[in-house]
Amino acid sequence: MRLFRPSGVADRVVPPTGFTARLTLGASAAMAFLAVFALALSLSAGRVASTWSDALARTATVRISAPSGQVEAQAVAALAVLDTTPGVASARRLGADEQRALLEPWFGPDLPIESLPVPVLIEVVATADGFDSGGLSARLAGEAPGAVLDDHAAWRAPLVAAAGRMRLLGFGCLLLISLTVAAMVALAAQAALAANARVIATLRLVGAEDAFIARAFVRRFTLRGLAGAGAGTLAAAVVLAMLPSAGAGSTEAAWLSLSIGGAQWALLLLVPPATAAVAYGATRLAARRALTEAT
Amino acid sequence: MRRLGDDPRPAGAGTALGVIEFDDVAYSYGGEALLSGVSARIAPGTFHFLTGPSGAGKTTLLKLAYLQLRPTAGRLSLFGKDVTGIERDQVARTRRRIGFVHQDCQFLDHLPIAENVALPLLVSGREASGADLGDLLSWVGLSRRAEALPPELSGGERQRAALARAVMSDPEIVIADEPTGNVDWEMSLRLLTLLVELNRMGKTILVATHDLTLIRQAKAQVSARVLRVGGGTMVPAGAEL
Repeated sequence: MRLFRPSGVADRVVPPTGFTARLTLGASAAMAFLAVFALALSLSAGRVASTWSDALARTATVRISAPSGQVEAQAVAALAVLDTTPGVASARRLGADEQRALLEPWFGPDLPIESLPVPVLIEVVATADGFDSGGLSARLAGEAPGAVLDDHAAWRAPLVAAAGRMRLLGFGCLLLISLTVAAMVALAAQAALAANARVIATLRLVGAEDAFIARAFVRRFTLRGLAGAGAGTLAAAVVLAMLPSAGAGSTEAAWLSLSIGGAQWALLLLVPPATAAVAYGATRLAARRALTEAT
Repeated sequence: MRRLGDDPRPAGAGTALGVIEFDDVAYSYGGEALLSGVSARIAPGTFHFLTGPSGAGKTTLLKLAYLQLRPTAGRLSLFGKDVTGIERDQVARTRRRIGFVHQDCQFLDHLPIAENVALPLLVSGREASGADLGDLLSWVGLSRRAEALPPELSGGERQRAALARAVMSDPEIVIADEPTGNVDWEMSLRLLTLLVELNRMGKTILVATHDLTLIRQAKAQVSARVLRVGGGTMVPAGAEL
Protein backbone atom coordinates (compact mmCIF):
# COMPACT_ATOMS: atom_id res chain seq x y z
CA MET A 1 0.00 0.00 0.00
CA ARG A 2 2.95 2.26 0.67
CA LEU A 3 3.68 2.02 -3.04
CA PHE A 4 0.41 3.73 -3.94
CA ARG A 5 0.76 6.58 -1.46
CA PRO A 6 2.00 9.73 -3.18
CA SER A 7 5.59 10.42 -2.19
CA GLY A 8 6.41 13.96 -3.20
CA VAL A 9 10.16 13.65 -3.07
CA ALA A 10 10.59 10.19 -4.54
CA ASP A 11 8.12 11.07 -7.29
CA ARG A 12 9.81 14.30 -8.19
CA VAL A 13 13.47 13.31 -8.11
CA VAL A 14 13.11 11.40 -11.37
CA PRO A 15 12.14 13.62 -14.30
CA PRO A 16 9.20 12.49 -16.45
CA THR A 17 10.27 10.43 -19.46
CA GLY A 18 7.81 10.38 -22.34
CA PHE A 19 9.17 7.43 -24.32
CA THR A 20 9.23 4.92 -21.49
CA ALA A 21 5.88 6.15 -20.20
CA ARG A 22 4.23 5.59 -23.58
CA LEU A 23 5.94 2.21 -24.01
CA THR A 24 4.78 0.97 -20.61
CA LEU A 25 1.25 2.28 -20.98
CA GLY A 26 0.88 0.95 -24.53
CA ALA A 27 2.39 -2.46 -23.77
CA SER A 28 0.30 -2.88 -20.64
CA ALA A 29 -2.90 -1.88 -22.44
CA ALA A 30 -2.26 -4.22 -25.38
CA MET A 31 -1.25 -7.12 -23.19
CA ALA A 32 -4.23 -6.66 -20.88
CA PHE A 33 -6.50 -6.62 -23.95
CA LEU A 34 -5.00 -9.93 -25.10
CA ALA A 35 -5.07 -11.31 -21.56
CA VAL A 36 -8.83 -10.77 -21.37
CA PHE A 37 -9.34 -12.80 -24.54
CA ALA A 38 -6.98 -15.53 -23.35
CA LEU A 39 -8.98 -15.61 -20.14
CA ALA A 40 -12.22 -15.78 -22.12
CA LEU A 41 -10.79 -18.66 -24.16
CA SER A 42 -9.89 -20.54 -20.99
CA LEU A 43 -13.28 -19.95 -19.44
CA SER A 44 -15.17 -20.91 -22.61
CA ALA A 45 -13.11 -24.07 -23.06
CA GLY A 46 -13.67 -24.90 -19.43
CA ARG A 47 -17.38 -24.45 -19.90
CA VAL A 48 -17.40 -26.73 -22.97
CA ALA A 49 -15.40 -29.38 -21.17
CA SER A 50 -17.75 -29.16 -18.23
CA THR A 51 -20.83 -29.44 -20.46
CA TRP A 52 -19.54 -32.51 -22.23
CA SER A 53 -18.27 -34.06 -19.07
CA ASP A 54 -21.45 -33.58 -17.11
CA ALA A 55 -24.36 -33.48 -19.54
CA LEU A 56 -23.20 -36.04 -22.10
CA ALA A 57 -21.85 -38.34 -19.44
CA ARG A 58 -25.42 -38.73 -18.21
CA THR A 59 -26.78 -39.92 -21.53
CA ALA A 60 -26.33 -43.14 -23.48
CA THR A 61 -27.91 -44.82 -26.48
CA VAL A 62 -29.02 -48.40 -26.94
CA ARG A 63 -29.06 -49.49 -30.59
CA ILE A 64 -30.99 -52.61 -31.56
CA SER A 65 -30.00 -54.28 -34.79
CA ALA A 66 -31.78 -57.58 -35.19
CA PRO A 67 -33.57 -59.54 -37.90
CA SER A 68 -36.78 -57.73 -38.83
CA GLY A 69 -38.99 -60.20 -36.98
CA GLN A 70 -37.14 -59.78 -33.71
CA VAL A 71 -36.58 -56.06 -33.56
CA GLU A 72 -39.76 -55.15 -31.71
CA ALA A 73 -39.44 -57.99 -29.22
CA GLN A 74 -35.83 -57.12 -28.45
CA ALA A 75 -36.74 -53.43 -28.12
CA VAL A 76 -39.36 -54.27 -25.53
CA ALA A 77 -36.94 -56.57 -23.71
CA ALA A 78 -34.24 -53.92 -23.74
CA LEU A 79 -36.63 -51.29 -22.36
CA ALA A 80 -37.65 -53.71 -19.63
CA VAL A 81 -33.98 -54.27 -18.70
CA LEU A 82 -33.36 -50.54 -18.66
CA ASP A 83 -36.41 -49.88 -16.48
CA THR A 84 -34.99 -52.18 -13.81
CA THR A 85 -31.38 -51.03 -14.01
CA PRO A 86 -30.16 -48.98 -11.03
CA GLY A 87 -28.78 -45.60 -12.12
CA VAL A 88 -31.07 -45.29 -15.17
CA ALA A 89 -33.38 -42.31 -14.72
CA SER A 90 -35.31 -42.81 -17.93
CA ALA A 91 -35.25 -44.78 -21.16
CA ARG A 92 -37.18 -43.71 -24.23
CA ARG A 93 -37.44 -45.19 -27.69
CA LEU A 94 -36.86 -42.59 -30.42
CA GLY A 95 -39.80 -42.14 -32.77
CA ALA A 96 -39.61 -42.26 -36.55
CA ASP A 97 -39.62 -38.44 -36.81
CA GLU A 98 -36.70 -38.15 -34.44
CA GLN A 99 -34.71 -40.77 -36.36
CA ARG A 100 -35.52 -39.01 -39.62
CA ALA A 101 -34.26 -35.74 -38.13
CA LEU A 102 -31.03 -37.46 -37.12
CA LEU A 103 -30.45 -38.76 -40.63
CA GLU A 104 -31.59 -35.61 -42.42
CA PRO A 105 -28.10 -34.01 -42.60
CA TRP A 106 -26.91 -36.97 -44.71
CA PHE A 107 -29.99 -38.09 -46.66
CA GLY A 108 -32.11 -34.93 -46.77
CA PRO A 109 -35.77 -34.53 -45.72
CA ASP A 110 -38.60 -36.92 -46.53
CA LEU A 111 -36.50 -40.02 -46.07
CA PRO A 112 -38.86 -43.08 -46.16
CA ILE A 113 -37.42 -44.34 -42.93
CA GLU A 114 -40.21 -46.90 -42.40
CA SER A 115 -39.04 -48.83 -45.47
CA LEU A 116 -35.39 -48.86 -44.48
CA PRO A 117 -33.70 -51.33 -42.12
CA VAL A 118 -32.83 -48.59 -39.64
CA PRO A 119 -32.04 -49.88 -36.15
CA VAL A 120 -34.22 -48.96 -33.22
CA LEU A 121 -32.64 -46.34 -30.95
CA ILE A 122 -33.36 -45.99 -27.23
CA GLU A 123 -32.19 -42.83 -25.47
CA VAL A 124 -31.06 -43.52 -21.91
CA VAL A 125 -30.70 -40.80 -19.26
CA ALA A 126 -28.70 -41.73 -16.21
CA THR A 127 -29.19 -40.49 -12.66
CA ALA A 128 -26.48 -38.34 -11.08
CA ASP A 129 -24.81 -41.48 -9.74
CA GLY A 130 -24.84 -43.11 -13.19
CA PHE A 131 -25.13 -46.79 -14.06
CA ASP A 132 -22.71 -49.67 -14.44
CA SER A 133 -22.07 -49.80 -18.20
CA GLY A 134 -20.41 -53.24 -18.08
CA GLY A 135 -23.23 -54.80 -16.08
CA LEU A 136 -25.91 -53.23 -18.26
CA SER A 137 -24.21 -54.45 -21.46
CA ALA A 138 -24.08 -57.97 -20.04
CA ARG A 139 -27.75 -57.93 -19.11
CA LEU A 140 -28.77 -56.53 -22.51
CA ALA A 141 -26.74 -59.24 -24.23
CA GLY A 142 -28.73 -61.83 -22.30
CA GLU A 143 -32.22 -60.37 -22.82
CA ALA A 144 -31.82 -58.65 -26.21
CA PRO A 145 -28.84 -60.05 -28.16
CA GLY A 146 -29.14 -57.37 -30.88
CA ALA A 147 -28.88 -54.49 -28.39
CA VAL A 148 -25.64 -52.53 -28.22
CA LEU A 149 -25.05 -49.99 -25.45
CA ASP A 150 -23.17 -46.82 -26.47
CA ASP A 151 -22.38 -44.64 -23.45
CA HIS A 152 -20.66 -41.99 -25.69
CA ALA A 153 -17.38 -42.53 -23.89
CA ALA A 154 -15.53 -43.36 -27.09
CA TRP A 155 -16.18 -40.00 -28.76
CA ARG A 156 -16.78 -37.89 -25.63
CA ALA A 157 -13.36 -38.53 -24.11
CA PRO A 158 -11.27 -36.99 -26.92
CA LEU A 159 -13.60 -34.00 -27.12
CA VAL A 160 -13.37 -33.38 -23.40
CA ALA A 161 -9.61 -33.80 -23.66
CA ALA A 162 -9.53 -31.30 -26.55
CA ALA A 163 -11.55 -28.81 -24.54
CA GLY A 164 -9.17 -29.32 -21.63
CA ARG A 165 -6.21 -28.64 -23.91
CA MET A 166 -7.91 -25.48 -25.18
CA ARG A 167 -8.25 -24.40 -21.58
CA LEU A 168 -4.57 -25.08 -20.97
CA LEU A 169 -3.76 -23.16 -24.13
CA GLY A 170 -5.64 -20.18 -22.73
CA PHE A 171 -3.70 -20.34 -19.48
CA GLY A 172 -0.48 -20.76 -21.48
CA CYS A 173 -1.36 -17.59 -23.39
CA LEU A 174 -1.91 -15.79 -20.09
CA LEU A 175 1.52 -16.93 -18.91
CA LEU A 176 3.17 -15.80 -22.15
CA ILE A 177 1.36 -12.46 -21.96
CA SER A 178 2.58 -12.00 -18.38
CA LEU A 179 6.15 -12.77 -19.43
CA THR A 180 5.85 -10.34 -22.35
CA VAL A 181 4.55 -7.61 -20.04
CA ALA A 182 7.44 -8.28 -17.68
CA ALA A 183 9.96 -8.10 -20.53
CA MET A 184 8.48 -4.91 -21.99
CA VAL A 185 8.27 -3.14 -18.65
CA ALA A 186 11.76 -4.28 -17.67
CA LEU A 187 13.04 -2.95 -20.99
CA ALA A 188 11.29 0.38 -20.46
CA ALA A 189 12.54 0.56 -16.88
CA GLN A 190 16.10 -0.18 -17.99
CA ALA A 191 15.84 2.55 -20.61
CA ALA A 192 14.55 4.99 -17.98
CA LEU A 193 17.29 4.01 -15.54
CA ALA A 194 19.95 4.42 -18.22
CA ALA A 195 18.52 7.77 -19.31
CA ASN A 196 18.57 8.92 -15.69
CA ALA A 197 22.06 7.68 -14.84
CA ARG A 198 23.11 11.21 -13.92
CA VAL A 199 20.08 11.65 -11.68
CA ILE A 200 20.91 8.37 -9.95
CA ALA A 201 24.54 9.43 -9.52
CA THR A 202 23.44 12.75 -8.00
CA LEU A 203 21.04 11.03 -5.62
CA ARG A 204 23.74 8.64 -4.49
CA LEU A 205 26.07 11.60 -4.08
CA VAL A 206 23.73 13.15 -1.54
CA GLY A 207 23.32 9.91 0.40
CA ALA A 208 20.23 8.28 -1.11
CA GLU A 209 19.95 4.56 -0.45
CA ASP A 210 19.19 2.16 -3.30
CA ALA A 211 15.71 1.53 -1.90
CA PHE A 212 14.84 5.23 -2.14
CA ILE A 213 16.04 5.48 -5.74
CA ALA A 214 14.41 2.21 -6.76
CA ARG A 215 11.10 3.25 -5.19
CA ALA A 216 10.93 6.31 -7.42
CA PHE A 217 11.14 4.14 -10.54
CA VAL A 218 9.14 1.15 -9.27
CA ARG A 219 6.21 3.28 -8.17
CA ARG A 220 6.11 5.11 -11.47
CA PHE A 221 6.21 1.98 -13.62
CA THR A 222 3.74 0.07 -11.45
CA LEU A 223 1.19 2.86 -11.72
CA ARG A 224 1.75 3.10 -15.46
CA GLY A 225 1.21 -0.67 -15.75
CA LEU A 226 -1.98 -0.39 -13.72
CA ALA A 227 -3.33 2.49 -15.80
CA GLY A 228 -2.47 0.86 -19.14
CA ALA A 229 -3.91 -2.49 -18.11
CA GLY A 230 -7.07 -0.78 -16.84
CA ALA A 231 -7.64 0.82 -20.23
CA GLY A 232 -6.84 -2.42 -22.10
CA THR A 233 -9.15 -4.48 -19.91
CA LEU A 234 -11.99 -2.02 -20.32
CA ALA A 235 -11.60 -2.03 -24.10
CA ALA A 236 -11.49 -5.83 -24.21
CA ALA A 237 -14.56 -6.11 -21.97
CA VAL A 238 -16.53 -3.86 -24.32
CA VAL A 239 -15.48 -5.91 -27.37
CA LEU A 240 -16.25 -9.16 -25.55
CA ALA A 241 -19.70 -7.95 -24.57
CA MET A 242 -20.41 -7.02 -28.20
CA LEU A 243 -19.39 -10.41 -29.62
CA PRO A 244 -22.41 -12.33 -31.00
CA SER A 245 -23.43 -15.37 -29.01
CA ALA A 246 -23.23 -18.65 -30.95
CA GLY A 247 -26.34 -20.32 -29.61
CA ALA A 248 -26.65 -20.60 -25.90
CA GLY A 249 -27.02 -24.13 -24.66
CA SER A 250 -25.84 -25.69 -27.90
CA THR A 251 -22.96 -28.03 -27.33
CA GLU A 252 -21.74 -27.75 -30.90
CA ALA A 253 -21.95 -23.97 -30.86
CA ALA A 254 -20.01 -23.78 -27.63
CA TRP A 255 -16.81 -24.18 -29.63
CA LEU A 256 -17.60 -21.02 -31.54
CA SER A 257 -18.60 -18.97 -28.54
CA LEU A 258 -15.80 -16.93 -26.96
CA SER A 259 -17.59 -15.37 -24.06
CA ILE A 260 -17.73 -15.08 -20.35
CA GLY A 261 -20.79 -14.67 -18.27
CA GLY A 262 -22.16 -13.94 -14.86
CA ALA A 263 -19.66 -13.87 -12.04
CA GLN A 264 -16.84 -14.59 -14.48
CA TRP A 265 -16.88 -10.90 -15.46
CA ALA A 266 -15.47 -10.19 -12.01
CA LEU A 267 -12.34 -12.10 -13.01
CA LEU A 268 -11.53 -9.30 -15.45
CA LEU A 269 -11.02 -7.02 -12.45
CA LEU A 270 -7.95 -9.10 -11.62
CA VAL A 271 -6.20 -8.28 -14.91
CA PRO A 272 -5.09 -4.68 -14.08
CA PRO A 273 -3.71 -5.49 -10.58
CA ALA A 274 -2.04 -8.62 -11.96
CA THR A 275 -0.40 -6.53 -14.69
CA ALA A 276 0.65 -3.95 -12.09
CA ALA A 277 2.15 -6.73 -9.98
CA VAL A 278 4.13 -7.99 -12.97
CA ALA A 279 5.30 -4.42 -13.71
CA TYR A 280 6.27 -3.99 -10.06
CA GLY A 281 8.38 -7.15 -10.05
CA ALA A 282 10.01 -6.41 -13.41
CA THR A 283 10.91 -2.82 -12.49
CA ARG A 284 12.19 -3.84 -9.09
CA LEU A 285 14.51 -6.42 -10.62
CA ALA A 286 15.69 -3.99 -13.31
CA ALA A 287 16.27 -1.21 -10.77
CA ARG A 288 18.13 -3.48 -8.38
CA ARG A 289 20.42 -4.66 -11.16
CA ALA A 290 21.03 -1.16 -12.53
CA LEU A 291 21.71 0.33 -9.10
CA THR A 292 24.09 -2.45 -8.16
CA GLU A 293 26.08 -1.75 -11.30
CA ALA A 294 26.15 2.01 -10.58
CA THR A 295 28.83 3.43 -8.29
CA MET B 1 55.46 9.10 15.77
CA ARG B 2 52.83 11.49 14.51
CA ARG B 3 51.23 10.52 11.26
CA LEU B 4 50.97 12.62 8.18
CA GLY B 5 48.11 15.11 8.42
CA ASP B 6 47.82 15.10 12.20
CA ASP B 7 46.64 18.42 13.42
CA PRO B 8 48.78 20.05 16.10
CA ARG B 9 45.85 21.84 17.72
CA PRO B 10 45.11 20.32 21.11
CA ALA B 11 41.62 21.68 21.76
CA GLY B 12 38.57 20.05 20.32
CA ALA B 13 40.15 18.85 17.15
CA GLY B 14 42.99 16.93 18.66
CA THR B 15 41.23 13.66 19.45
CA ALA B 16 43.05 10.39 19.12
CA LEU B 17 40.95 9.18 16.15
CA GLY B 18 40.97 10.82 12.77
CA VAL B 19 37.69 11.38 10.98
CA ILE B 20 39.45 10.25 7.80
CA GLU B 21 42.31 7.76 7.97
CA PHE B 22 44.21 6.35 5.04
CA ASP B 23 46.36 3.41 6.05
CA ASP B 24 48.74 2.30 3.27
CA VAL B 25 45.94 2.84 0.76
CA ALA B 26 46.46 2.04 -2.91
CA TYR B 27 44.19 2.53 -5.86
CA SER B 28 44.66 1.04 -9.31
CA TYR B 29 42.55 1.40 -12.41
CA GLY B 30 42.93 -0.79 -15.49
CA GLY B 31 46.08 -2.34 -14.09
CA GLU B 32 47.73 1.05 -13.59
CA ALA B 33 48.57 2.11 -10.03
CA LEU B 34 47.25 5.66 -9.54
CA LEU B 35 47.95 5.79 -5.81
CA SER B 36 50.04 3.59 -3.57
CA GLY B 37 51.16 3.60 0.04
CA VAL B 38 49.02 6.57 1.01
CA SER B 39 48.81 6.99 4.77
CA ALA B 40 47.26 10.01 6.41
CA ARG B 41 45.07 10.96 9.29
CA ILE B 42 42.72 13.91 9.10
CA ALA B 43 41.77 14.99 12.59
CA PRO B 44 38.30 16.36 13.37
CA GLY B 45 37.83 20.10 12.97
CA THR B 46 40.91 20.59 10.82
CA PHE B 47 41.28 22.34 7.48
CA HIS B 48 43.33 20.53 4.86
CA PHE B 49 44.20 21.35 1.30
CA LEU B 50 45.17 18.70 -1.21
CA THR B 51 47.30 20.14 -3.92
CA GLY B 52 49.32 18.89 -6.83
CA PRO B 53 49.36 18.97 -10.62
CA SER B 54 46.37 17.93 -12.71
CA GLY B 55 46.08 14.16 -12.92
CA ALA B 56 48.14 13.64 -9.77
CA GLY B 57 45.27 11.86 -8.01
CA LYS B 58 43.65 14.60 -5.90
CA THR B 59 40.15 13.79 -7.11
CA THR B 60 40.81 10.06 -6.71
CA LEU B 61 41.81 10.62 -3.08
CA LEU B 62 38.68 12.68 -2.43
CA LYS B 63 36.51 10.04 -4.10
CA LEU B 64 38.11 7.40 -1.90
CA ALA B 65 37.32 9.52 1.15
CA TYR B 66 33.74 9.93 -0.07
CA LEU B 67 33.42 6.20 -0.85
CA GLN B 68 32.82 6.81 -4.52
CA LEU B 69 35.85 4.61 -5.12
CA ARG B 70 37.09 1.65 -3.09
CA PRO B 71 40.81 1.21 -2.29
CA THR B 72 42.39 -1.69 -4.14
CA ALA B 73 44.72 -2.20 -1.18
CA GLY B 74 45.14 -0.83 2.32
CA ARG B 75 42.58 0.32 4.82
CA LEU B 76 40.35 3.37 4.91
CA SER B 77 38.56 4.50 8.05
CA LEU B 78 35.90 7.15 8.41
CA PHE B 79 34.74 8.40 11.80
CA GLY B 80 36.91 5.75 13.43
CA LYS B 81 35.35 2.84 11.55
CA ASP B 82 36.90 0.70 8.84
CA VAL B 83 34.85 1.38 5.72
CA THR B 84 37.00 -0.47 3.20
CA GLY B 85 34.41 -3.15 2.47
CA ILE B 86 31.12 -1.77 3.75
CA GLU B 87 27.78 -2.50 2.07
CA ARG B 88 26.14 -0.11 -0.39
CA ASP B 89 23.48 1.13 1.99
CA GLN B 90 26.11 1.71 4.65
CA VAL B 91 27.95 3.80 2.07
CA ALA B 92 24.81 5.92 1.63
CA ARG B 93 24.40 6.36 5.38
CA THR B 94 28.08 7.23 5.82
CA ARG B 95 27.86 9.79 3.03
CA ARG B 96 25.15 11.60 4.96
CA ARG B 97 27.83 12.57 7.47
CA ILE B 98 29.95 14.05 4.69
CA GLY B 99 29.17 16.99 2.46
CA PHE B 100 30.73 16.79 -0.98
CA VAL B 101 31.16 19.64 -3.44
CA HIS B 102 31.86 18.09 -6.83
CA GLN B 103 34.01 19.71 -9.46
CA ASP B 104 31.07 19.77 -11.89
CA CYS B 105 28.34 20.42 -9.29
CA GLN B 106 25.85 17.68 -10.16
CA PHE B 107 22.27 18.83 -9.69
CA LEU B 108 18.85 17.53 -10.63
CA ASP B 109 18.24 19.97 -13.46
CA HIS B 110 14.43 19.65 -13.34
CA LEU B 111 14.17 20.73 -9.68
CA PRO B 112 14.61 24.29 -8.40
CA ILE B 113 17.74 25.13 -6.46
CA ALA B 114 15.91 25.16 -3.12
CA GLU B 115 14.83 21.53 -3.61
CA ASN B 116 18.29 20.57 -4.83
CA VAL B 117 19.84 22.06 -1.72
CA ALA B 118 17.34 20.24 0.48
CA LEU B 119 17.95 16.86 -1.23
CA PRO B 120 20.37 15.41 1.38
CA LEU B 121 17.65 15.74 4.02
CA LEU B 122 14.82 14.61 1.79
CA VAL B 123 16.51 11.42 0.58
CA SER B 124 17.13 10.41 4.17
CA GLY B 125 13.47 10.85 5.04
CA ARG B 126 13.87 14.08 6.98
CA GLU B 127 11.90 17.27 6.49
CA ALA B 128 13.76 20.37 5.39
CA SER B 129 12.71 23.29 7.56
CA GLY B 130 11.83 26.30 5.43
CA ALA B 131 13.62 28.61 7.83
CA ASP B 132 16.83 26.56 7.81
CA LEU B 133 16.74 26.31 4.06
CA GLY B 134 16.17 30.05 3.77
CA ASP B 135 19.06 30.75 6.17
CA LEU B 136 21.35 28.46 4.24
CA LEU B 137 20.48 30.00 0.88
CA SER B 138 20.94 33.42 2.41
CA TRP B 139 24.34 32.38 3.82
CA VAL B 140 25.56 31.44 0.34
CA GLY B 141 23.86 34.50 -1.20
CA LEU B 142 21.25 32.61 -3.22
CA SER B 143 18.01 33.69 -1.52
CA ARG B 144 16.75 35.30 -4.68
CA ARG B 145 17.65 32.30 -6.79
CA ALA B 146 15.80 29.69 -4.71
CA GLU B 147 13.27 28.93 -7.43
CA ALA B 148 15.74 29.03 -10.31
CA LEU B 149 16.61 25.81 -12.11
CA PRO B 150 20.28 24.73 -12.01
CA PRO B 151 20.93 25.42 -15.71
CA GLU B 152 19.90 29.03 -15.10
CA LEU B 153 22.68 29.62 -12.57
CA SER B 154 26.15 31.00 -13.22
CA GLY B 155 29.26 28.96 -12.40
CA GLY B 156 29.76 30.78 -9.08
CA GLU B 157 26.12 30.39 -8.12
CA ARG B 158 26.26 26.69 -8.89
CA GLN B 159 29.36 26.29 -6.69
CA ARG B 160 27.67 28.13 -3.83
CA ALA B 161 24.49 26.06 -4.27
CA ALA B 162 26.62 22.89 -4.21
CA LEU B 163 28.26 24.08 -1.01
CA ALA B 164 24.86 24.84 0.53
CA ARG B 165 23.68 21.35 -0.41
CA ALA B 166 26.85 19.83 1.01
CA VAL B 167 26.22 21.36 4.44
CA MET B 168 22.40 21.02 4.44
CA SER B 169 22.41 17.89 6.57
CA ASP B 170 24.95 19.34 9.01
CA PRO B 171 27.79 16.97 8.06
CA GLU B 172 30.93 16.51 10.12
CA ILE B 173 33.20 16.66 7.08
CA VAL B 174 33.01 18.89 4.01
CA ILE B 175 34.98 17.76 0.99
CA ALA B 176 35.36 20.07 -1.99
CA ASP B 177 36.97 19.15 -5.28
CA GLU B 178 38.37 22.25 -7.03
CA PRO B 179 35.48 24.40 -5.80
CA THR B 180 37.02 27.52 -7.32
CA GLY B 181 38.05 25.92 -10.59
CA ASN B 182 35.41 27.63 -12.73
CA VAL B 183 34.87 30.93 -10.95
CA ASP B 184 36.61 34.30 -10.88
CA TRP B 185 38.94 35.40 -8.09
CA GLU B 186 36.30 37.38 -6.24
CA MET B 187 34.00 34.36 -6.16
CA SER B 188 36.91 32.13 -5.14
CA LEU B 189 37.50 34.31 -2.09
CA ARG B 190 33.81 34.25 -1.27
CA LEU B 191 33.72 30.46 -1.42
CA LEU B 192 36.90 30.28 0.66
CA THR B 193 35.29 32.52 3.26
CA LEU B 194 32.32 30.15 3.45
CA LEU B 195 34.62 27.16 3.89
CA VAL B 196 36.59 28.95 6.61
CA GLU B 197 33.32 29.79 8.38
CA LEU B 198 32.33 26.14 8.25
CA ASN B 199 35.69 25.16 9.73
CA ARG B 200 35.22 27.66 12.54
CA MET B 201 31.88 25.99 13.22
CA GLY B 202 33.81 22.78 13.85
CA LYS B 203 33.54 21.07 10.48
CA THR B 204 36.48 19.15 9.08
CA ILE B 205 37.33 20.65 5.69
CA LEU B 206 39.22 18.87 2.93
CA VAL B 207 39.69 20.85 -0.28
CA ALA B 208 41.48 19.78 -3.45
CA THR B 209 42.91 22.71 -5.38
CA HIS B 210 45.88 23.61 -7.51
CA ASP B 211 45.40 27.31 -6.73
CA LEU B 212 48.35 28.18 -4.46
CA THR B 213 47.19 31.76 -4.06
CA LEU B 214 43.93 30.53 -2.63
CA ILE B 215 45.83 28.32 -0.19
CA ARG B 216 47.92 31.28 0.97
CA GLN B 217 44.73 33.31 1.45
CA ALA B 218 43.28 30.52 3.55
CA LYS B 219 46.39 30.14 5.68
CA ALA B 220 46.08 33.81 6.53
CA GLN B 221 42.62 33.15 7.99
CA VAL B 222 42.77 29.66 9.42
CA SER B 223 45.26 27.01 10.49
CA ALA B 224 45.23 25.08 7.25
CA ARG B 225 47.56 22.22 6.44
CA VAL B 226 48.59 21.32 2.93
CA LEU B 227 49.16 17.85 1.54
CA ARG B 228 50.82 17.48 -1.83
CA VAL B 229 49.67 14.68 -4.09
CA GLY B 230 52.10 13.47 -6.74
CA GLY B 231 53.97 10.42 -7.94
CA GLY B 232 51.17 8.19 -6.76
CA THR B 233 51.44 9.19 -3.12
CA MET B 234 50.77 12.05 -0.71
CA VAL B 235 53.28 14.03 1.33
CA PRO B 236 53.08 17.17 3.49
CA ALA B 237 53.83 20.29 1.52
CA GLY B 238 56.93 22.25 2.37
CA ALA B 239 57.31 25.71 3.83
CA GLU B 240 57.25 27.34 0.39
CA LEU B 241 53.49 27.55 0.72
